[in-house]
Amino acid sequence: MDAPAPYVHWGFILISVPNLVLIGVMLLLFVIALVAPFPAHRGSRERRDDQ
Amino acid sequence: MTSDPAAERSAAAAPQVAAREPGWTAAIRDRVERTLPITELLPTRQPAYVGSWVYVFGVVTIAALVWVVISGVVLAFFGSAWWHVSSIGRFFNSIHFWAVQMFFIFMVLHLWGQFWGAGWRDGRARTWMVGVVIFLVSLVTAFTGYLIQQNFDSQWIAVNAKDAVNSTGLGGLFNVTNFGQMYGLHVMLFPVGVTLLVVLHIVQVRSRGVVRPIDDPAAADAHAAGSS
Repeated sequence: MDAPAPYVHWGFILISVPNLVLIGVMLLLFVIALVAPFPAHRGSRERRDDQ
Repeated sequence: MTSDPAAERSAAAAPQVAAREPGWTAAIRDRVERTLPITELLPTRQPAYVGSWVYVFGVVTIAALVWVVISGVVLAFFGSAWWHVSSIGRFFNSIHFWAVQMFFIFMVLHLWGQFWGAGWRDGRARTWMVGVVIFLVSLVTAFTGYLIQQNFDSQWIAVNAKDAVNSTGLGGLFNVTNFGQMYGLHVMLFPVGVTLLVVLHIVQVRSRGVVRPIDDPAAADAHAAGSS
């Protein structure tokens, strides 16, 4: 736990592997949120035309 | 003395002309009632397009903030010796740390969703800007949190950060090696600021509703109406 994290060095980009993994997980989560079906409760949602 | 029940019913059913009361309290009350009716503040129904996981990110961010505040109050109550030495103290310290991680992760996901959905459309520019300010104040709040951990990590961060802060000219006001100043800012000023801004952000979202998706045919009409 006290050892320094490994780093990825690509050109001018220098980032720790934990941070890189976290960004990847966030991107994956965002894509899943876009495509995953959202559970709908009957009658709890409607289209409003006043907005 | 005579009375006409039909006339009384007619008078009761007639539209009431609201007599404007004098005074600034009545003016504020009327404005609040007009801009933010309780049905918009606590709605039971949402537009169909809100049925997406993307709209959950903002709510999860608020949930994380609640845990940050609760765990932070406990940590402030018992102090740094407690959160370093006792097992229950370390547990609450970890809750505080990981709740902050969740807060930032989901705040950035919420930011992505609003950026690519152009959430500032149709009169929502102020809502977007308040969100930007929340993000910036949260960064400073988290930074002061790292500075007051009372361990070698916080000392390392403070000694390195002082040069960066001094180079901006803010070192005279914002001394990152001053534990008392950083602690006071972290447990009082910044959390209150973030919380108030989040409340304002939520009220702004509720007052105008969730923005329509870009590809919604009615979005163009709403945009035309809003810009006219």
